[in-house]
Amino acid sequence: MPSRFRLAYAAAVTLAAAAAAVAVAALALRAVGASPWATFGVILTGPLQDLFGVSEVLVRAVPLTLVGLGIAISFRSGILNIGAEGQMQVGILCGTAVALALPALPRPLLLPLCLAAGAAGGAAWGGIAGLLRARLDVNEILSTVMLNYIAAQLYTFLLRGPMIDPAELMTGSGTPQSMRLPRSAWLDRLVPGTRIHAGLYLALALAALVWVLLWRTTLGFRMRAAGAGPRAARYAGIPVERSLVGAMLFAGGFAGLAGAVEVAGVHHRAIEAISSGYGFAGIVVALFGGLHPAGIVPAAAFFGLLLFGADMTQRSAGVPANMVLVLQGVVILAIVSAKMYLNNPYAQERAARLLRRLGVRIGAVAPAGESDSAAEEAGP
Amino acid sequence: MTGHMLHDILALGVPFSVALLLAALGEMFNQRAGVFNLGCEGIMSVGAFLAFLPAWLLKSGSLAPWANVLGFGGAAAAGVLLGGLFALVTVTFRAPQGIAGIGLQMLGWGLAGSIFRHFVGGVTGVEGVAAWPIPGLSRIPWVGTILFDHNPIVYLAFLAVPASAWLLYRTPWGLRVRAAGTHPRAADSMGVSVERVRYQALMLGGAMAGLGGAYLALCQAKMFADDLVAGRGFIAVALVYFGRWSPWGILGGALLFSLAQALQLSIQVGGIRFPYEFAVMLPYALVILVLALARKSRILEPTALGKPYDREMRV
Repeated sequence: MPSRFRLAYAAAVTLAAAAAAVAVAALALRAVGASPWATFGVILTGPLQDLFGVSEVLVRAVPLTLVGLGIAISFRSGILNIGAEGQMQVGILCGTAVALALPALPRPLLLPLCLAAGAAGGAAWGGIAGLLRARLDVNEILSTVMLNYIAAQLYTFLLRGPMIDPAELMTGSGTPQSMRLPRSAWLDRLVPGTRIHAGLYLALALAALVWVLLWRTTLGFRMRAAGAGPRAARYAGIPVERSLVGAMLFAGGFAGLAGAVEVAGVHHRAIEAISSGYGFAGIVVALFGGLHPAGIVPAAAFFGLLLFGADMTQRSAGVPANMVLVLQGVVILAIVSAKMYLNNPYAQERAARLLRRLGVRIGAVAPAGESDSAAEEAGP
Repeated sequence: MTGHMLHDILALGVPFSVALLLAALGEMFNQRAGVFNLGCEGIMSVGAFLAFLPAWLLKSGSLAPWANVLGFGGAAAAGVLLGGLFALVTVTFRAPQGIAGIGLQMLGWGLAGSIFRHFVGGVTGVEGVAAWPIPGLSRIPWVGTILFDHNPIVYLAFLAVPASAWLLYRTPWGLRVRAAGTHPRAADSMGVSVERVRYQALMLGGAMAGLGGAYLALCQAKMFADDLVAGRGFIAVALVYFGRWSPWGILGGALLFSLAQALQLSIQVGGIRFPYEFAVMLPYALVILVLALARKSRILEPTALGKPYDREMRV
């Protein structure tokens, strides 16, 4: 097994995918009349010029990490959760409702309760899709997408109606937002003058816990086994259906927690457009991070940079913020294509054959059966 | 319910079904060829925007009468391109289809939204396609205004149902599509290029999704907004399951959805008050219900659906 060929192959595939993604994004930027290179420059370096910029990147990285961790658990378990956006909104509603309903509780009780309520709400919302898939074989991508639309309507309904801040009704401005959370439900701010909050520690700690869960517990092993090969897992006595529901509970719980952390740490009340695409960006973060906590944390920081950088270019250069969606879509397409090439022994074989035909001298490439372990890492 | 109200619901529901019908028929070809294209939603967004653009640009110019033709043409062309891109990723690169579809959806949605914001800015209406009552037939009492008093795209979309059935079940190409989605290895051994057939099906499906989006912009809403498509692409994918991968079943599903929507609108207009948000939720909840009920029909699913084909892969 010549590892040099393997390395060169992996590097070439990764570079080609990155180049393709950058090229498509550059074309899209051209279409809206922006200079691609200048825009990329602003997005990648603009936020890092001062402390405030760095802090805003981290503020965005916190929910991205949490959502990404949940999505990684679900993808590894063989269930594609696209519903993080809706699960996050339900989490925001539950966390806010609990904090507003029990304002007299002392802080050591109220704050954890608020976050737990958010996680529970998100888990319940995700669990619906898990149950539908396990019991009725309903495609989870479609059901989670539909649950996103339903949650969005529920969210605006509650914020415009039952949960609206009474002050908004009195002044007549009618901004759809909830009352302010009691101070005892706020997460601490870490650096004065910035919005960065203690949720950062929570996200990092949970990243470590997810690694333990997936690779050091029986439960995690079962979920990964059910995802890698449901038939083999069932034959080995693993309750695959239950593991699917469990994975969705985790995924929804993480997204819901991300929502509650956003409320308790950043906005201190439920407002419209609070999740603004974190649920979808989290999918990209999870894939970009290789569905592994050690990759997801830096990937979340990187996409936090992209999100804030895109905000900056919208303000400075008038590039529509929707461009981030284009970027995310392209990155997903590039990653899934590249991943297939990296893990597919037949594709490697073909590449080696092509090189030999071109006169490059390389030894034997892995026999087709050898990279069974790669298939396990391939995820969805 | 009075006969009058029923008539109004039917007359409203029939044109509502067209965008779903076109996109779902396209998705049917994708899935019959073995590819699950969730990017349908994104293709519809791009189609809707490209159809809107000439109508908005050429509002008063000498080319104005051709704006809608250009719009539909552009939408179909963009659909072919995006379908081809999806084929590149899922057929040539053999990427997992579910997640790639979500990528295509984000790409299409983001493209349409950002180019719209850059060139147009806010929501603006266009004249759109006028109604084109069929002489004679539209005068039939009761039925005439339900079936024969719409814009021409409605008639074409309904003609697309038997046309799709003919294409799928009665032509050599349709046989190749079904073979590629049922048993690609067998098709391959008979000299059918599975990759080429899947590319063709995805391009056709993309074009139809693009036309569905164009219909939304030019005939139904007569405007464009970021969230104009609002999940109709995903509903179309669900309709393919509900319609058991057959054109006539899909027609039934599309009508069911559009009539439910028309019913909900007429209830609201009729003065029965319930929160607007719950009315908007209904079709999405209906999709989940429909998918849960369609479970038994999964036995009719194309057997190679969602599986990339690699002729070198050992079985």
